[in-house]
Amino acid sequence: MSIDIETARKVAHLARIKVEDDALPALASEFNTILGFIEQLQEVDVDGIEPMVSVEPMRLARRDDVVTDGNQQTKVLSNAPDAREGFFAVPKVVE
Amino acid sequence: MTLNTLKIADARDALRKGDVTAVELTEACLAAIDGASALNAFAHRTPEIAMERARAADQRIKAGDAPDLCGIPLGIKDLFCTEGVESQAASHILHDFKPEYESTVSAQLRDAGAVMLGKLNMDEFAMGSSNETSTYGPVVNPWKIDDRSLTPGGSSGGSAAAVAADLCLGATGTDTGGSIRQPAAFTGITGLKPTYGRCSRWGIIAFASSLDQAGPMARDVRDCAIMARAMCGHDPKDSTSADLPVPDFEAMLTGDIRGKTIGIPREYRMDGMPDEIEALWAEGRAMLADAGAKIVDISLPHTKYALPAYYVIAPAEASSNLARYDGVRYGHRARLAQGDGIVEMYEKTRAEGFGAEVKRRVMVGTYVLSAGFYDAYYNRARKVRTLIKRDFEEAFAAGVDAILTPATPSPAFGLGEMTDADPVQMYLNDVFTVTVNLAGLPGIAVPTGLDRQGLPLGLQLIGRPWDEGDLLNTAYALEQAAGFVSKPTKWW
Repeated sequence: MSIDIETARKVAHLARIKVEDDALPALASEFNTILGFIEQLQEVDVDGIEPMVSVEPMRLARRDDVVTDGNQQTKVLSNAPDAREGFFAVPKVVE
Repeated sequence: MTLNTLKIADARDALRKGDVTAVELTEACLAAIDGASALNAFAHRTPEIAMERARAADQRIKAGDAPDLCGIPLGIKDLFCTEGVESQAASHILHDFKPEYESTVSAQLRDAGAVMLGKLNMDEFAMGSSNETSTYGPVVNPWKIDDRSLTPGGSSGGSAAAVAADLCLGATGTDTGGSIRQPAAFTGITGLKPTYGRCSRWGIIAFASSLDQAGPMARDVRDCAIMARAMCGHDPKDSTSADLPVPDFEAMLTGDIRGKTIGIPREYRMDGMPDEIEALWAEGRAMLADAGAKIVDISLPHTKYALPAYYVIAPAEASSNLARYDGVRYGHRARLAQGDGIVEMYEKTRAEGFGAEVKRRVMVGTYVLSAGFYDAYYNRARKVRTLIKRDFEEAFAAGVDAILTPATPSPAFGLGEMTDADPVQMYLNDVFTVTVNLAGLPGIAVPTGLDRQGLPLGLQLIGRPWDEGDLLNTAYALEQAAGFVSKPTKWW
């Protein structure tokens, strides 16, 4: 498996990280080093083995379906880069 | 005054006897911190909070209501959210983030009367083994043998350096692939990673949720036992937190390990491992045998695949967890150009906010989870993880009580020495520790010797799940036998 520049560009976009064109070849090369390392996993016989879901067997706890928290608008917005009139503000999404 | 050099257990006893006050202890640590800027261990200092909590602790001690950690000055890793105090995971993307809430673990410490001195430097989002990925700049190891500055290890490098340099009596760390145990070994201190689910992850900034676990870093096994008791416990706010009673770990430290079986895994003997690490391991084996344990050679056949499995699973989880840093709710937002929409905002914000290693891991994680590669990489890695855990289960089922390994493949290396190496070279630091996270087990690094240059080296003990008490006791026996008392010479 080898990652070319177009794949690196696509992965960067999927991850929503801007990578300038001139940085893509180095990025693709790093990916290839890491993926080359990961490639060893193909040697392992995993036939009939279940993928691990939870490292300690435990049933996820359930709680009553009731409201236990809320009414903290000021606290929720206190670290926002741009908050207006009780909302998070972002650039226009829909024309 | 050398109150900042006390062990937690001794400080506790002195506080209760009235020989010292929490205010005096705290002032000694704050002065030590102010004099240690060259180490860059503390990223944010909180002297006002510290003094307020110290005064409250003195009141509590006077009133006879003093848990073990009441009045004990601690450092808190920057990964823990602390109410009203910068909590940035050493990342620019969380610049100036001040949570409105307190993580469960740091709240438990606070409620036990512990004094928070400040927030400790670390690798960005706990991704690193040398502390060089921090937005605050690297921490410098207090151990020094020539004109080079050495790494304290990572990711909990600030915690390790602060404890080793006597800036605090203990510190919190977190461990996803070795981030408590490797820096503990590099700085000659003791660090415990509890069983996955022992400490609540609530309020700890997430890296890889199925691997992350908080734990104590302190001067010795007893201090780790004292801190662990206060940090562990069930929390309904973390659905993977175990609803199990937390024993008095300190009371379990008898040092008697007669009849215990210690496994030595043959796969941990790596090609090219330095002789000194090999010798240290052999000495540890002999010490435990002298203490009356039975030593058996064991096999953990999938060890070799732990690091590659980790470097699929951890980036995959990180890519998902770090999706939340989008410039909308908290932290950094990029300045936008005319006509930029929301996608440009995300892409520019994340490009500016994340450092190189974090970006690399997020993108690797995105790739292994992407359509067409999910089965080949992510699902296969999770199957290998099942096999790695099975190796340990079989060893424990055969009667092994604990497993002894080296903690790291080398002593501390120089800051900047790995800059030109490919990322995989840095990942190899975690070769002995990462299996423990994949299997969810408790592990502890204990300093047991110095290399010929005078740098500390540590051994790791791995225990059965939920049996930290027995593991700590085995570590205590090893500590007693090794008699490691060396401290770095103050140069800072």
